[in-house]
Amino acid sequence: MFGYYIQLGLRSLRRNPMLTALMVMAIGFGVAASMITYSVFRAVSGNPIPEKSSQLFVPQIDSWGPGQNEKGEPPGAFNYVDAMALMRAHQASRMALIYKVMLSTVPHDANSVPVSAQGFAVTSDFFPMFDVPFLYGNGWNAAEDNNRAADIVLTAEFNQRVFGGANSVGKNITLSGHDYRVVGVARHWDPSPRFYDVWAEDGFDNQPDFYLLLNRALDLHTDNAGRNSCRGTISYNGWDEYLQSNCVWLMPWVELDTASDAARYLRFLESYSVEQQRAGRYGWKPNVRLRDVTDWLEYREVVPPESRISLVVAVCFFFICLVNTVGLLLAKFMRRAGEIGVRRALGATRHEIYAQYLVEAAAIGLAGGALGLLLTVVGMSGVGLLFAPEIARLAHVDLSLVGLTLVAAIVATVAAAFYPAWRAAQVQPAWQLKSN
Amino acid sequence: MLKMTHLSKVYRTEVVETYALRDFNIDVKEGEFVAVTGPSGSGKTTFLTIAGLLETFTGGEYHLDGVEVSHLDDNARSKIRNEKIGFIFQAFNLIPDLNVFDNVEVPLRYRGMKAPERKERIMGALERVGLASRAKHYPAELSGGQQQRVAIARALAGSPRLLLADEPTGNLDTQMARGVLELLEEIHREGATIVMVTHDPELAARAQRNVHIIDGQVVDLAEDPRFHTAYVAAAGQVRG
Repeated sequence: MFGYYIQLGLRSLRRNPMLTALMVMAIGFGVAASMITYSVFRAVSGNPIPEKSSQLFVPQIDSWGPGQNEKGEPPGAFNYVDAMALMRAHQASRMALIYKVMLSTVPHDANSVPVSAQGFAVTSDFFPMFDVPFLYGNGWNAAEDNNRAADIVLTAEFNQRVFGGANSVGKNITLSGHDYRVVGVARHWDPSPRFYDVWAEDGFDNQPDFYLLLNRALDLHTDNAGRNSCRGTISYNGWDEYLQSNCVWLMPWVELDTASDAARYLRFLESYSVEQQRAGRYGWKPNVRLRDVTDWLEYREVVPPESRISLVVAVCFFFICLVNTVGLLLAKFMRRAGEIGVRRALGATRHEIYAQYLVEAAAIGLAGGALGLLLTVVGMSGVGLLFAPEIARLAHVDLSLVGLTLVAAIVATVAAAFYPAWRAAQVQPAWQLKSN
Repeated sequence: MLKMTHLSKVYRTEVVETYALRDFNIDVKEGEFVAVTGPSGSGKTTFLTIAGLLETFTGGEYHLDGVEVSHLDDNARSKIRNEKIGFIFQAFNLIPDLNVFDNVEVPLRYRGMKAPERKERIMGALERVGLASRAKHYPAELSGGQQQRVAIARALAGSPRLLLADEPTGNLDTQMARGVLELLEEIHREGATIVMVTHDPELAARAQRNVHIIDGQVVDLAEDPRFHTAYVAAAGQVRG
């Protein structure tokens, strides 16, 4: 019978074309508004590394004390001393330190002008921890960390700009006057939000061009181009004093495989703080945190409030469209009370009438979804009017959004048809046939 | 085939109760052709809709093909309507945006019949009413008489045991009405039970038996002194 209902539903689209067009437009505009804002919300609120998000943690140690910390919360990054101490402790399966750098380079073709390039100075575990995919070569290992090698990994996009997309592994690249050896070219990898950098940035700015070896960057006194947060009188003079200051700027990440590993690591952070208290570095009780990716993004309030608000507004608009659709469906269905009476007289049960009209609503929903899809594609170009450019660029139509648009339109229209279809199924055949 | 005993149908509002049928008794045997007559508002159509399980009744008993139907749920009543009863309405009640073939197909769809068998039955029914060549036409493209023939084909396609006809010629001119009536008589000769509601004494006279309803009750015109004079006059008109 389902095929028969579809046949009747499609035929019904042609009946009362004005009424049908109104419903299709209401659903189309409603679903398009929802999908456009959802595409933004999805981009900023999704889990950027779902397969490992519960194993990756940001450790936090209160190195500033209760008078200067962030409303009771430890700072979101490490100072150099604590960062290096924790690296040496080797208490996690993996640990990465990250800071942002801004350099410049001259592409290899003859007539090029210098271009600025941004990237991250990272330790070797960065690549396996975050499952960075490689096009050519690989990252480096801990031994090269210790040897302070001049290794660099380029992103595929930067490799395209500098080496024309060729396999550049083994080649040298000069950045801000220093030579680096390319050991790997990462495939396109730009988690959204860029979870490993949301303390320094909003997580949606331009993607990096390279990852260079952190110890090498430190040796070269490569400035931190990201966030740097200090407390009290800033009295350091020169690079070495900066490294010993209370300024936090090194973003730590640890990989812990199980919940018990995480609990053990938290205890380690506490004992480290106690140790520092005893050593006279900290004048306060331990105040530590260990947040996984999801908690960290939530704590950092990465999702821009306007994306949430616009999604709510769009969903409300869709709801209003659906309320209108309920009325239009009711009018459309009840105009056919005579036909319903005939069908009931000829043996249709109430369930069959109900099913027929729900399928008909689904056909209207499908048409509304198709229009909504078209409007979503067109509307994507207008996202920049509502959101900042770095957020707007994240909104895009992919296969999952196409599917969601159609499913949302059909499901919502079918839901809107529950009452009109129920009313249709309640038509008393005798009254209809008598009145004819 | 159809037996109603002390059946009543009451329409209730907050202030008034209206008896459409009261102590209504009728027994239609299998293979009979019964005409139900009576003035407007007498309860003829209410009787027909109850007989066709399109409406419930308030009291009494109704046995259809040996089954007491008062306690049947919607699914069971729909199944009986679909399999045992064929309806022919005064207003034809064809579905305007389905063509002739698809209109005749409607009851067969609800029976869950396979496509080849449906097609065979539909074309058989349309040939029988002389409209096989119009299978792809829409109701609006047919005359009133042709539309009623399609309605009869739709009623016949499911091979019902009982045909219920409500003023089947009421919307037709004399010639078309005669054609439809001849068709009903032919169907009856082939064994179908037909109950036909009509105002038309000439039409009623073609049935095997007449049942007259007045004020929601079956009356015997010949025996009831209240109607005897009118009955004799009407009978004389028909003979004349």
